[in-house]
Amino acid sequence: MGGFLLRRLLLMLLILALVSLLIFVVTEVLPGDTANMILKQRATPEALTALRARMGLDRPSHVRYLAWVGGILRGDWGESLFLNLPVGPLLAQRLRNTALLALLASLFGIPLGIGLGVAAAVGRGRWPDMIVTVTTLFAVSLPEFVTATFLIIVFSTWLHWLPAASLIDPAANPLLSVQFLILPTLALTLGLLAHIARHTRGSLIGVLSSDYIRTARSKGMTSRIILVRHALRNALLPTISVIALNVGYLFGSAVLIESVFAYPGLGRLMLQAISNRDIPLLQAVVLVVAAIYALANLGADLLYRWLNPRIRYI
Amino acid sequence: MELTQTDRFALRQRAEGILTVTPETHLGKSARQFIRQPASLVGIFIVACYLVLALLGDHIAPYPYTEQHLADILQPPSTRYIFGTDQFGRDIFSRVIVGSRSILILACSATLLALLLGVVMGVTAGYAGGLWDELIMRLVDVLLSFPALLLALLVVGIMGSDLIYLVLTIGVVFAPAIARVVRSVVLDIKTKTYVEAALAVGATTTRIALRHILPNAMGTIGVEASIYFGYVILIGAGLGFLGLGVQPPSPDWGLQVNEGRVYILTAPWVVAFPALAISSLVVGMNLLADSLTGENAA
Repeated sequence: MGGFLLRRLLLMLLILALVSLLIFVVTEVLPGDTANMILKQRATPEALTALRARMGLDRPSHVRYLAWVGGILRGDWGESLFLNLPVGPLLAQRLRNTALLALLASLFGIPLGIGLGVAAAVGRGRWPDMIVTVTTLFAVSLPEFVTATFLIIVFSTWLHWLPAASLIDPAANPLLSVQFLILPTLALTLGLLAHIARHTRGSLIGVLSSDYIRTARSKGMTSRIILVRHALRNALLPTISVIALNVGYLFGSAVLIESVFAYPGLGRLMLQAISNRDIPLLQAVVLVVAAIYALANLGADLLYRWLNPRIRYI
Repeated sequence: MELTQTDRFALRQRAEGILTVTPETHLGKSARQFIRQPASLVGIFIVACYLVLALLGDHIAPYPYTEQHLADILQPPSTRYIFGTDQFGRDIFSRVIVGSRSILILACSATLLALLLGVVMGVTAGYAGGLWDELIMRLVDVLLSFPALLLALLVVGIMGSDLIYLVLTIGVVFAPAIARVVRSVVLDIKTKTYVEAALAVGATTTRIALRHILPNAMGTIGVEASIYFGYVILIGAGLGFLGLGVQPPSPDWGLQVNEGRVYILTAPWVVAFPALAISSLVVGMNLLADSLTGENAA
């Protein structure tokens, strides 16, 4: 297990190195360089050359790439062009805000999703199944921005219970203003829950119809023991990779949900970076999200291996 | 005793006949059984409606989608404007109809691309194992290191919202997710007795992959396809909502929802109908695919 973990960690670093290269190449394609962005209308050829020389932009691409990566490894993430702030602290702050949303959504969404999926598969064709199937179908079919807008109509404009926008100071602790967190969390949880419930149900139904379950049943085991000891272990395997992929879903949906609620998170920061062509910020945001995601995938692989020893990774 | 060629063939057929397990979630279900389920009928109906709208939208729409009726701004639904009018006095019904074309073209081409790449990657990696598996899965890891919407945002934000970039990006973005799940199922199927039996009677690798592993992985592939088809529509709508989809004045459901949010209290129909269009199309797609994989069969 130790060797496996070490190998996977090394691989993860390799992957992140490749990802950083990919990000660098993609942002290089952008028309106009950083010097252009800063000077805008004042960009005379002389001023451009001078600024490029000062910022080191006249160096060849590979030197700049290595300088960028070196800076990140030393903890120097560069400076945002638009916000005129160091990227590192800005990123840490917004990451905390988005991670809080994602964590809250997972805390409610994963157990509820698995529970509902299991309930539906066990009561297949009867009313619990009908309710779960129909509601999760609608939940996965509604775009997050529609769910979020709908929640605002109901809870903000009709009931006046909760604020429509998360007008909080990005630096403040979001937990101190819970009323701003409820609606974004709810919007994020619904999609996650429905996706996990659908997968769990499908996978468990498949397992429950297999031969070894019939054997267990004919041995006279109770349904509960069959479910817990035999069926769930196999049925939840695909669900684990679904959950790992959903970490990405959470960060992706967060872009839309943060945009609807004006919540100061990583997703909104990325949108701002794109629309302002703020390259250092954009590169950093994408790299951070990639790192989180790689960690989630590693976690899924470890869990997978622990639950199904038949699978051997090299 | 030496077996003759015919004996061996018969033995092999029997072994496969007995040992190839056909789970309930099998795509090769008879068409009659498929049609009989009410859920699949509803799905077929919804998707067919949108297909017709996408093909014949220009002839069905009562008004040109850019025509501004400046005297009728933000009118509620009426016999004249079935879904009402927007902030420019444009007929929402016509805009919703015409908006179905771009999203369906995007969804079909991107999903097909993702499925093709994903299944090939997943089955070969899971079945072949070894170096090939390692290579494919690390490639998958790199591609999966970005959440789908963020990667689409990055590329479209930089390259521009051309349909071809959208299709290529979304297709490539979803392929690894499909590959990963397909691979995990293939790994599981590989340990099954019937694969061992097929191997024992001398079935070739290709035959085992195509006749034993792929059919048994079809349930999962179907579920994946159903979810990702809907996802592509949702991502397309999401990009539209963020202003990175089809550019105005061409109608885009996501953009219509975003622009209409300002009028949500006074004119909720501006948001409601495009939102309903996105949701109902995805519901239809999901119902259709669910019945294909036997998910709804009680």
